Amino acid sequence: MPHDRRQFVRFSRLQRILHICMIVSFITLALTGLTLKFSYTKWAAVLSHLLGGFENAGYIHRSAAVIMFGVFTTHLVDLYKLKKREHSSWLSLILGPGSMMPNRRDLTELVGTLKWFVGRGERPAYGRWTYWEKFDYFAVFWGIAVIGSTGLTLWFPVFFTRFIPGSFLNVATIIHSDEALLATGFIFTVHFFNTHLRPEKFPMDITVFTGRMPLEELERDKPKEYEELVASGKLEEKMEEPYQPIVIQTIRAFAWTALTVGFFIVLWIIYAMLFAYR
Amino acid sequence: MAETGAVRRNWWTGLTIAATIIAMIVATLVATAFLLPLLRRPARAADPPGAECLACHGDKTMTTTRAGKTVSLYVDGKKFGTSVHGSLGCTGCHADLEGKDFPHEKPAPVKCGTCHTTEQEQHARSLHGKAIAHGDSLAPRCVNCHGNHDIVPVKDARSAVAPLKVPFVCGQCHREGTTVSRNRPIPQDNILENYSESIHGEALLKKGLSVAPNCATCHTAHLILPHTDPASSINRKNIAATCTKCHTQIETVHRKTIRGELWEKQANVLPACPDCHQPHKIRNVFYAQGMADADCMRCHANEKLRRARDGQSMYVNLAEVNHSRHSEEPGRLRNVACSQCHSEVNASRVRPCETITRGVDCTACHDEIGKMYATSIHGQLNGKNDPNAPTCKECHGTHGILGKQDPQSSTFAMNVPVLCARCHREGQKAAVRYTGLQHEILSNYTESIHGTLLKNGLTVTATCTSCHTAHQILPRTDPASSVNANNVPTTCGRCHHGIEEQFENSIHAKRVSGYSKPLPVCNDCHTAHAIHRTDEDKFRLNVMGTCGRCHEEIAKTYFDTYHGKVSKLGYTKAAKCYDCHGAHDVRAVTDPRSHLSRANVAATCGKCHAGATRRFAGYLTHATHHDPRKYPFLFYTFWGMTMLLVVTFVVGGVHTLLWLPRAFQMRQELRAAEEKFAAELDAPAGKDKEGTDAS
Repeated sequence: MPHDRRQFVRFSRLQRILHICMIVSFITLALTGLTLKFSYTKWAAVLSHLLGGFENAGYIHRSAAVIMFGVFTTHLVDLYKLKKREHSSWLSLILGPGSMMPNRRDLTELVGTLKWFVGRGERPAYGRWTYWEKFDYFAVFWGIAVIGSTGLTLWFPVFFTRFIPGSFLNVATIIHSDEALLATGFIFTVHFFNTHLRPEKFPMDITVFTGRMPLEELERDKPKEYEELVASGKLEEKMEEPYQPIVIQTIRAFAWTALTVGFFIVLWIIYAMLFAYR
Repeated sequence: MAETGAVRRNWWTGLTIAATIIAMIVATLVATAFLLPLLRRPARAADPPGAECLACHGDKTMTTTRAGKTVSLYVDGKKFGTSVHGSLGCTGCHADLEGKDFPHEKPAPVKCGTCHTTEQEQHARSLHGKAIAHGDSLAPRCVNCHGNHDIVPVKDARSAVAPLKVPFVCGQCHREGTTVSRNRPIPQDNILENYSESIHGEALLKKGLSVAPNCATCHTAHLILPHTDPASSINRKNIAATCTKCHTQIETVHRKTIRGELWEKQANVLPACPDCHQPHKIRNVFYAQGMADADCMRCHANEKLRRARDGQSMYVNLAEVNHSRHSEEPGRLRNVACSQCHSEVNASRVRPCETITRGVDCTACHDEIGKMYATSIHGQLNGKNDPNAPTCKECHGTHGILGKQDPQSSTFAMNVPVLCARCHREGQKAAVRYTGLQHEILSNYTESIHGTLLKNGLTVTATCTSCHTAHQILPRTDPASSVNANNVPTTCGRCHHGIEEQFENSIHAKRVSGYSKPLPVCNDCHTAHAIHRTDEDKFRLNVMGTCGRCHEEIAKTYFDTYHGKVSKLGYTKAAKCYDCHGAHDVRAVTDPRSHLSRANVAATCGKCHAGATRRFAGYLTHATHHDPRKYPFLFYTFWGMTMLLVVTFVVGGVHTLLWLPRAFQMRQELRAAEEKFAAELDAPAGKDKEGTDAS
């Protein structure tokens, strides 16, 4: 209700903390990693120098990777706890309501959305997770698995070549670096747009940091979830007071920084790909 | 008695031989007794003509008057009889008196040349003979030296020309106060006096050493020629040969660089014997005193002394000379006199130096260095009279010359770069005409490892001359140059011997690879003058470019893999070309001795990657994902990943672009609803619900 100052809580405290850690570690990994990928550009040499030389950049990269692994592990543990708390089995967690697992309804919503884009239908009544949010989630899930495993191989080559041929390190390098390019490119463009830069949310949607969104926004963006909550009478449980303005300001400053860095990384990638690629 | 040696044990044989010997002795005695009177007979047979002449000429009082002078016509028959010509009788020489009636006319001059043809011919060519031909009445004939009726063999002490007497024979004319010495142009003074005081004269005259040289030993007996005549035994060209007839090993007491042959071959360059050992005055003392420096310093000690020709100072700082390498100070070379360098002086002149026509030629002593210099680029230019060409003195100085071991010397190791830079520094005369690639030579050298070490006083480090040589400097393009590409390994190897050995067995050595194109040598990787330590960042980061000058493709692909990428970012610890391939011992990877051979590769990787295995070494350090034939795995992985990227971005991008118009539409609706809502806030409260529904 417009007059109710309280807001709907979409993300738990842990999820928000994990997202912040993810941002910090992801941007760090991207910056330090791309200097190596685009080592032939002048930018890379400058950045590497600013980071305290390549050796230092390497240490930073691996430290950030450790944070990323931590985020990943914590999330898995959190899922495990969720299963224990609310579900009888893993299958029920995966197939149950609120699951990130894409299902038939997502396909219907995708078709409906495409129809809405071209003016052939109404905007679908999205539920808790839209299909693009699920895509983002699994992109990251997949990315961490692929980039993380190849990264570990490259981190401990002597150990891993006890099991795999040396030339797989070359393959791992290509996969690691190109998958990272995909991740950075996708996150800093499509993900930024989908969740932050969409004109109706412009300039920024900070729900992921505060965890809170106005109820009317929930009603508009996730009508199905809203209806379900109202129907089940659980909406009141999920309403909380918003944060103090100072907290909001801090969050905005952080978010702007991350957004700007991401934007420049995209520019750098485009420059390297278009003018200096080899 | 050769037979005794052949005596056999058989006594019959012995008896026969003894009988034969006795018979032979008896026969010999008998024969001698008969033949002796026959041998004496010819002498006796000559007696009558001699005796016939001596009937008159044996009278000591027999005289005649010639040109108003009373001349004795006495002939000592006894002396004549024992002379070499005694057996010839009087008419043997005075052939024109044969059969003449007494008293006969004045006989014609005796022609010794009838028998002594060689001597006669030589005498005719000599200055004495020519003087006679010109009608010079003072010119000596045979008789003036040899006498007439009492001539005995030269070896006979009674001979007028016996060695001990020769000085006096010659001295008849060639001594002070004689008609000859007063009226004929003879360059030397006090000849007899000087000679008698010389080492030669002293030996001959005072000690009776008949083998000591007399006048004829040097001037010859009959073919006496002025020293200006090229055929003369005392001509500058020939004097060495003349002196070395006796002084055969004389070069051993001179500088070892003066070989005997040089005196004859390069007589124009070297001081000739008499330059130092003045003719007739030769002393048994160190010869420099013959033309003492003091004589030179009489004039050249004057600081205001100038050369008339061009006003150049001719002052010689004796203290400087005495401090030089050519001085007599302890630890330096033996004294070298002015006249040894400034040859062509003539001690008999008031100004001995007025006969000098040439500058100092150091090669007189430093012959081998001179030859090297002549072949060097400096020498070649000098040969073309190029004004820029440095000669000895440009580098070594003149009177104050010091040895290269002397820290004060311009050629002392620490001073060499500055010395060469006088001409080879940018803008100087040698640098201006230079068309090669080397620039800022001095500053590059000074900052190089060699230059740094030299600055710190390590004199054995390489200076200019260590590589370019001191005297055989040649341009790089000359095959004989020490810095020619083919010779560079040897040149550097003079100090870096171990490295040269490695290099000569590496694939870069022509001998090993048999490659016809030019192969890299030391300076191609290390540069010529700006050589830096190879553990410096600059070298480690630039070496890929260096190797890549030839190994273009492999250097490019190096930068596609980890080592290359981080090196590009300035990481010096990552493996560079030589960390894996070896630096000087680089070999083909197929060579079992290569650092990258199957047996060695794991250890090579293990230098950085502790615990590296053969499988680890399977990492492709020069892989590229652009070559589907060589690296299909990488190629298809890369393109698979690229397709994934393209598809994802296309799908994501299209989705976003399609969304945009709707998103803008939603934004407008939202704004409109907000405005409406804000307006309704001001309006009565009852309208609240309607506003919400409308949105």
